[in-house]
Amino acid sequence: MSIALPRRRVIPGFGLTMGFTLLYLGLVFLIPVGAFLLYTTTMSWETFWNAVTQRQVVASYKLSFGGSLIAATINLVFGALVAWVLVRYRFPGKRLVDALVDLPFALPTAVAGIALVTLYASSGWVGQYLELFGIRVAYTQLGVIVALTYIGLPFVVRTVQPVLEDLEAEWEEASASLGADRLTTVRRVILPALLPALLTGYALAFARALGEYGSVVFISGNLPFRTEITPLLIVAKAEQYDYHGAAAIGTVMLLAAFLMLLVINGLQWWTSRRHG
Amino acid sequence: MTTSTTVLETQDTLAKRWRRATEEPAWLRLTLIGTALTFLALFLVLPLSVVLYGAFEQGLGVWYAAIRDPDAMAAIRLTLLIVAIVVPLNTLFGIAAAWAIAKFEFRGKPLLISLIDMPFAISPVVVGLIFVILFGSQGWLGPWLSSHDLRIIFAVPGIVIVIAFGTLPFIARELIPLMQQQGKEEEEASLTLGASGWKTFWHVTLPNIKWGLIYGIILCNARAMGEFGAVAVVSGRIRGETNTMPLHIEVLYNEYMFTAAFAVSSLLTGLALVTIAIKSLVEWHDERRQRLAVL
Repeated sequence: MSIALPRRRVIPGFGLTMGFTLLYLGLVFLIPVGAFLLYTTTMSWETFWNAVTQRQVVASYKLSFGGSLIAATINLVFGALVAWVLVRYRFPGKRLVDALVDLPFALPTAVAGIALVTLYASSGWVGQYLELFGIRVAYTQLGVIVALTYIGLPFVVRTVQPVLEDLEAEWEEASASLGADRLTTVRRVILPALLPALLTGYALAFARALGEYGSVVFISGNLPFRTEITPLLIVAKAEQYDYHGAAAIGTVMLLAAFLMLLVINGLQWWTSRRHG
Repeated sequence: MTTSTTVLETQDTLAKRWRRATEEPAWLRLTLIGTALTFLALFLVLPLSVVLYGAFEQGLGVWYAAIRDPDAMAAIRLTLLIVAIVVPLNTLFGIAAAWAIAKFEFRGKPLLISLIDMPFAISPVVVGLIFVILFGSQGWLGPWLSSHDLRIIFAVPGIVIVIAFGTLPFIARELIPLMQQQGKEEEEASLTLGASGWKTFWHVTLPNIKWGLIYGIILCNARAMGEFGAVAVVSGRIRGETNTMPLHIEVLYNEYMFTAAFAVSSLLTGLALVTIAIKSLVEWHDERRQRLAVL
């Protein structure tokens, strides 16, 4: 004979905390986003299509997507290198360097923007030397890439670092004792283990760069067809009360962000399954 | 004699070969460290230095005068007012969400976590646009708002709500993994011993999540003060009224008042440095606790 004890939750507060969470999320985030998407659907397909395929807008997609892709790739390479150096080697000031990696995450984008343009202008600390080689960064597409690289810098480092820390030394030793040289071990053992984390960081850096505004608008100079990023066009159209145009382009950016989030979630699921 | 030398030599070459197969040679190590540090110097240290140099180049007096300028003071006051509203709200949200997610099982939990992460992925200018379309004069609720003499866009409420949206995930993202990792045994023990829910939260949960919470609040605060893209869309840039600190920096920069722009920037830069210092402190604290737990 057994007595079925009623299973009850010992911990209280589910109703209160869940209620507040959903209320706040709904009011601040879900209802506004839903209303915004609804607003876009009130446009005729033609209005929407014309707005998102204007030549100037298409040029901005090319720069925003292309620039973000290049910046994320730079961050993939250097982020992996920085993570490797921070985890595997000892050098003076390592803790400080490690802490500084988060700077782009904490420093306001407008501050980063004026700092970067001041550095890379033709009279700036870096710009004046690049000028000698005929390289111009400020007010060119290269400047946009520099700003997007800056803003995405922490992501690859911070996703790869913990995975690299948890990587067991035995794997590498096993590979070495089976006769592999160091390069082969890095290529065939370490890189595959880091792959999900690398791709997650890459996707995060790309997603962040895609929507970035503050750090780019100062260094880019905002020349139509050349150095205008898509977020800038959204601001410009909103300021001219062209709400249809702004909302149409904003919807494209919003959908791109949701898509990136799906990709990132998938990659994170892959990472945790590998290293669970 | 000869045999022992050979044995030693073989051992030596074996050790060398082993080292070559398991670690990088010194020259390569130095090259990698050098390249990484050059990259970080170029992208992190130089921008930081240029802000501080620009702010203090002409002396403390000029820096102080730039901060004390009425428009700058108005921007600082407005920014402080906004974080005084947004940060407590997002703190409550973060604690409530983390409590619900970490202490209970329910359907759709992964979806809820993804939803909380989402504002982080949305471009700040799109965030601003969403609220302009809702509350702007040409927007959905615009006519109703203006007939009731209410202003949200180009006014403080609009700035508050876009910043709340943009910084919504930060505290929750710190607390959710932390509280999930800590489980619920301690709370259950406290409750079984007769403590009330609130008492358990204050005396058991809060001390456990203290450091993560502090970092979350500091990060949320820094991001709220520095929010730019979303505020640029909804504020209307009315000097002395709806200019937050980042917008004031933009105005100064566009008017070629570089020293003043960097002076106001230096305040936000100081805040960013405090934020990453606290993050290091929290991580150091965690590492020490984990080491102690292992012992």
